[in-house]
Amino acid sequence: MANAYISLPELISKNQTTLLHDWISLQRQTGAFNRRIKEEVLLEQSRGLLTELCSALQAGAPNDLKATEWSATRKILEEVSGTRTSLGFTPAETATFVFSLKEPIFNLLFAKTDSNVEKQQQEIWGINLLIDKLGLYTTEVAQSARENVIARQQQELIELSTPVVELWEGILALPLIGTLDSERTQVVMENLLERLVTSSAEFAIIDITGVPTVDTLVAQHLIKTVSAARLMGADCIISGIRPQIAQTIVHLGLELNVVSKATMADAFALALRRTGRSVEKRVASPKNGSL
Amino acid sequence: MIVEADDVLPVRSTEDVVRVRQEVRSRTAAVGFSLVDQTKLITAASEIARNTVIYGGGGTLRLQILQNTTRRGVRLIFEDKGPGIPDIERALTDGYTSGSGLGLGLGGARRLSNEFDIASKPGEGTTITLARWKR
Amino acid sequence: MEHIPILKIGDCLLVSIQVDMHDRLAIALQNNLTEKIVITKARGVLIDISALEIVDSFIGRTLNNIASMANVLDAITVVVGMRPAVAITLVELGLNLPGVRTALDVDKGLVLIRNSIDDELGEIDAGELN
Repeated sequence: MANAYISLPELISKNQTTLLHDWISLQRQTGAFNRRIKEEVLLEQSRGLLTELCSALQAGAPNDLKATEWSATRKILEEVSGTRTSLGFTPAETATFVFSLKEPIFNLLFAKTDSNVEKQQQEIWGINLLIDKLGLYTTEVAQSARENVIARQQQELIELSTPVVELWEGILALPLIGTLDSERTQVVMENLLERLVTSSAEFAIIDITGVPTVDTLVAQHLIKTVSAARLMGADCIISGIRPQIAQTIVHLGLELNVVSKATMADAFALALRRTGRSVEKRVASPKNGSL
Repeated sequence: MIVEADDVLPVRSTEDVVRVRQEVRSRTAAVGFSLVDQTKLITAASEIARNTVIYGGGGTLRLQILQNTTRRGVRLIFEDKGPGIPDIERALTDGYTSGSGLGLGLGGARRLSNEFDIASKPGEGTTITLARWKR
Repeated sequence: MEHIPILKIGDCLLVSIQVDMHDRLAIALQNNLTEKIVITKARGVLIDISALEIVDSFIGRTLNNIASMANVLDAITVVVGMRPAVAITLVELGLNLPGVRTALDVDKGLVLIRNSIDDELGEIDAGELN
């Protein structure tokens, strides 16, 4: 199959200017030049891709994009994928940009006076496969970039959604956000119990308003945490139980033998009262009009 | 799976039960268990070691550090030549005891381990294996 | 044999367990404590287990027994300072120590005992008034 490219590097390098011109005007016609990408960026990337493709072919690069000869081409494709993804192009649109290079190259090949039909067919097939690979590579790049983003966000989510905060002296709150799996619940609960000791807090409010669902294991972890806190000499209040979660708990036959309150505010008020404190609204004196 | 370390300790008296706890602590700490995981395995070991002394008439503990492709762990093998456990399922039920305990020993130890196995023949003895992996 | 000291502070007894207890030592503590409650007419018993690295079912049961026996002898028992890892493990073991009152540290434990005794006195006073 490597033979299929033999005349291609020549063809492309000789006609590089024409090719680029044809490709660009083709992209203009099909509306590839749109408001989302700057014209000079598109021009530069098109030129860069064509140049690198050409020099890779001239260097006799094998039919495998992972080869070192293709590293410059890969780099420009990564750049193309990166800029386009950040501009909101779909992976398919980005790949289509690469695929659109086929038409001008084929036109060039067909215009050749060479009448060796069999050889021409081979070349067409070869270039077809190659450009497909280039196009699909941009998709791969976009996908792995997206996976990186997801992994990073998951990590951030765990860090963000598990803070133990001190509401008042002796009263801690753990606002849980997002789906709880049993592993994460365990870690979060251990942290909470540690904080009870270090801050010598007698009350902990576990708020699950931000938790969409609770399965059996997670519900059991919650109950175990409440029991463990009691053994240590602290009381837990669970707040923000959604109706669906209440139903799950009852359907699962779990005895949620804990103090629960509708909202964190209610739970906080209870904790304050239990620690001998109260909150009252100051009645403004009618004479004192100033704020 | 590779067994990195393999030691045998006697389990004959209630003082030995304390020594078992200390040995299991040093092994689990060496493997890098979290404090909670250490405590769980030590407690499980304490339960089984006491059973070995009281019901098994004394025996031995083999303490192993394990390494497989991805994880490290600790395995404990308690062996005695006592009367054996006639009904293992019943012995594992919480609240069941043939002695004066709470009947939480075996079932509790199983809950505190990642792997748990009992082999027992009446009249010949009991072998209880528990393992826990580093999280 | 080792011995766990029992200190008397006012009308309370304070025990701080600093050693890894074997079973006989736990039983000895249970016996000594109940005797001492009677001799000193103590109203409260404070057991500090903050140094204990594990509490297994035997030690747990002993703590529960002490609390029940003290209760019969008209004293309130509070176990203080249980470590988080110990608490998590006890719950997993299935031992919730329902008869035992708990507090985070000795200070809070003493307050709890004081309040319980006062509540009891308050109830008696209220009962006499009616």
